[in-house]
Amino acid sequence: MKTKTQTPAAMLEPAKLPAAKIFGVGGAGVSLLEAMNREEFAGAGFVAVNTDATSLAGSTVALKIHLETKLLRGLGTGGDPERGRAIAEEQFATLKTACEGADVIFMIAGLGGGAGSGITPVLARAAKETGALVLAFVTLPFVCEGNRRQQQAQQNLEQLKSVADGVICLPCQKTFKLIDENTSVLDTFRITGELLVEGVRGVWRLLTRPGLIQIHFDDLCALVRDRHSESAFAFVEASGPARSREVVDKLLNHPLLDEGRVLAESDAVLVSLMGGKDLTMNEVDRVMEQISRHCERARVIMGAAVDETMKTRLSVTVVAAKQAGAAPVAESMAAAAEATEPAASRGYARSTSRCFPPAPSLSPEQREQAMTRHGSGRARKVNDRMRQAQLPLAIISKGRFDKSEPTIHKGEDLDIPTYIRRGVALN
Amino acid sequence: MFDESIIVGLEIGTSKVCAVIGEQGADGMVNIIGLGQARSRGVRKGEVADTTQAEEDVRNAIVEAEQMADVEIRNVYLGVTGGHIRGFNNRGVHPVVSADREISEDDVQDVIKNAKAINLPTENNVVHAIRQHFFVDGQDGVTNPVGMLGSRLEVDVHVVHGNTNRLQNAIRLVKGLQLEVDEIVFNGLASSLALLTSEQKELGALVIDIGGGTTDYVVCAGGVIRHTGVLAVGGDHVSNDLAYGLKVPLSRAEKLKLEHGSALLDGKINGQTVTITNELGLPLKTVNVEHLQRIMSLRLEEIFQLVAQDLEQAGLFDYLRAGVFLCGGGARVPQIARLAEQVLQMPVSIGQTNSVSGLKSALDQPEFVTAIGLVKFGSFKTRKREGKSWKDFLGKILQRP
Repeated sequence: MKTKTQTPAAMLEPAKLPAAKIFGVGGAGVSLLEAMNREEFAGAGFVAVNTDATSLAGSTVALKIHLETKLLRGLGTGGDPERGRAIAEEQFATLKTACEGADVIFMIAGLGGGAGSGITPVLARAAKETGALVLAFVTLPFVCEGNRRQQQAQQNLEQLKSVADGVICLPCQKTFKLIDENTSVLDTFRITGELLVEGVRGVWRLLTRPGLIQIHFDDLCALVRDRHSESAFAFVEASGPARSREVVDKLLNHPLLDEGRVLAESDAVLVSLMGGKDLTMNEVDRVMEQISRHCERARVIMGAAVDETMKTRLSVTVVAAKQAGAAPVAESMAAAAEATEPAASRGYARSTSRCFPPAPSLSPEQREQAMTRHGSGRARKVNDRMRQAQLPLAIISKGRFDKSEPTIHKGEDLDIPTYIRRGVALN
Repeated sequence: MFDESIIVGLEIGTSKVCAVIGEQGADGMVNIIGLGQARSRGVRKGEVADTTQAEEDVRNAIVEAEQMADVEIRNVYLGVTGGHIRGFNNRGVHPVVSADREISEDDVQDVIKNAKAINLPTENNVVHAIRQHFFVDGQDGVTNPVGMLGSRLEVDVHVVHGNTNRLQNAIRLVKGLQLEVDEIVFNGLASSLALLTSEQKELGALVIDIGGGTTDYVVCAGGVIRHTGVLAVGGDHVSNDLAYGLKVPLSRAEKLKLEHGSALLDGKINGQTVTITNELGLPLKTVNVEHLQRIMSLRLEEIFQLVAQDLEQAGLFDYLRAGVFLCGGGARVPQIARLAEQVLQMPVSIGQTNSVSGLKSALDQPEFVTAIGLVKFGSFKTRKREGKSWKDFLGKILQRP
């Protein structure tokens, strides 16, 4: 097992650039790392981490960490995040050495399986201990992958949020909006992967490219720190004379931003514009004005950079973060159920597996919830049913405005009755 | 042309199509002599959605007005609205190059041309470019700079623009009826023309026209139009909310709105119910009046809040010293002025058309304000065309590019 701390490229970095490392964790993470264009990320160290030897053998990155013990018999984690976690805890020191020397750690993983879900939170903790900023880019499984994987993913997402500085989460289900009837499975996975890589690329460019208006490393830290919740991101590109208008339109129709609703709900938004040499201040201003208008409550951090390879294209990357409490009523109920339940009852109650993981790092409140829920199997079932009832199933008919163009004002559909949007109960 | 002094305003609204005929006297005063209206069926949110039906409704309204005034209509001033219409202020700059630095008529034309050169999306078209004030070397509030000395002339214009295709839809519809469209006019602007006196325009006033499909609002201050806006939410939304919330058909909701609606919750209606009966008088359903009014009140409150937000953003609240004037069918809702007062925190009244004489039945109704405003707009244009040096700001500034 290698424990080299820095790739040569990272050492040659100019001093002002933060040293970065990109970790691909688990099967999905390793293959996504493969899919990334290395040249674009010149200066970053790549590390592949997995429990499965075959997956690592197919990887071309310089530094591979194979987490292996006798317990696994070379078979990987078998989709059990507990095993993944246990083994990562065992090799904690190795992971920590791998993280050393970096200012920013990007982690790419697909949650829901064994390795990605199990290792990522431990790795994040290891990276935190070396003093780096930890940004995790994770995917949540498709709904059709089954309930169990969903639950595992949710629960690990919560763990990850509590350790990583920023979690940018891409529910695969959302990519359904990007694909059509005939898209093959392979293409779908490729699209999902690309979306995630785009997110990494956007943040990466933000930090490394010379800026007309520079986003400092500190800005990024300030944005993601203390916001231990999901961030949404979007990356759009356009070219031509009306490109500034086009990018804004694309952005507001972006499926990952829920047609602009995410912007309206977020309380911190980071916008990075990138254009060729012909990027004008006017364009920057126009795009920013439109975006700011859609996220009034948010603190907006912006950066603009010039990259000659962009030619006449203009690209905009948006990272929107919202504080856990800032979700609207309907969503926050579901979110609260997710936040407390999976982390508390399902995961840690199941500590009877062969390897005993160390106590997870939980806040006192979470621990208390875990204690009260622990061992009450019946309560859990009841809760499952209740949670289903809370899903926003009611489709609000817009009556006579069904077929006309919707009146969207700051991400709100004004055709839906006001009393419903405001949650005013009649009776 | 057969009669220069006849001016017709046509408003193709969401709930009704309305044609108003005005006769301009020798002194320039307008006298309303005819009014025709028809229930509108082909319009949603202020825009034509069903051409055939809309065409029929327009024809009916026109015929009715023609019969009442006993004239033949050939030209109309057409009111337009819709969520696609936007207004913003733009400034044009022009350096005065003549040796003696005296500002000439040409300089004024140039600076206005500069101000109108706006970077609009290709699919959009300017509806109005309304001149505000001139600045000579940064000095504010100049209304006529010709003859003044200065090196730099600037002018602010308020530009109202909209999507060309969607504007054309209404124009084509009218042209299909063998009528000429003299000009298209933004409905909100027409309403403000009909309601505000020049004193009120000087003091600063907000006109909110709550129509069936849209709410149009215009801010006048310092004698000029400062801000315009359209919210594609109107009385239709109230009916729709009621239909949804009370689980009654839309037509019934409409009726309930008219009979029992209120902008504020009435203290006395606590627990009161209304029974809906079918045509035979058999009871079908019981509706709680409190729910009805609550749903309605929330929707109307939201409309005012959105307008208030927009004005706050534009920083115009402190300019509205003459208060707020409501018009449109929405102004008929009981207590609406009080609700608006609560939200906007300033005096609100239902607007009264002034400086127009004629049919009492037309002038008293808030829903005809826009159409009357269109006639008034037309009267300014005609007077201008006749070449009289009429000094009211509107006469000079309302010109189509």
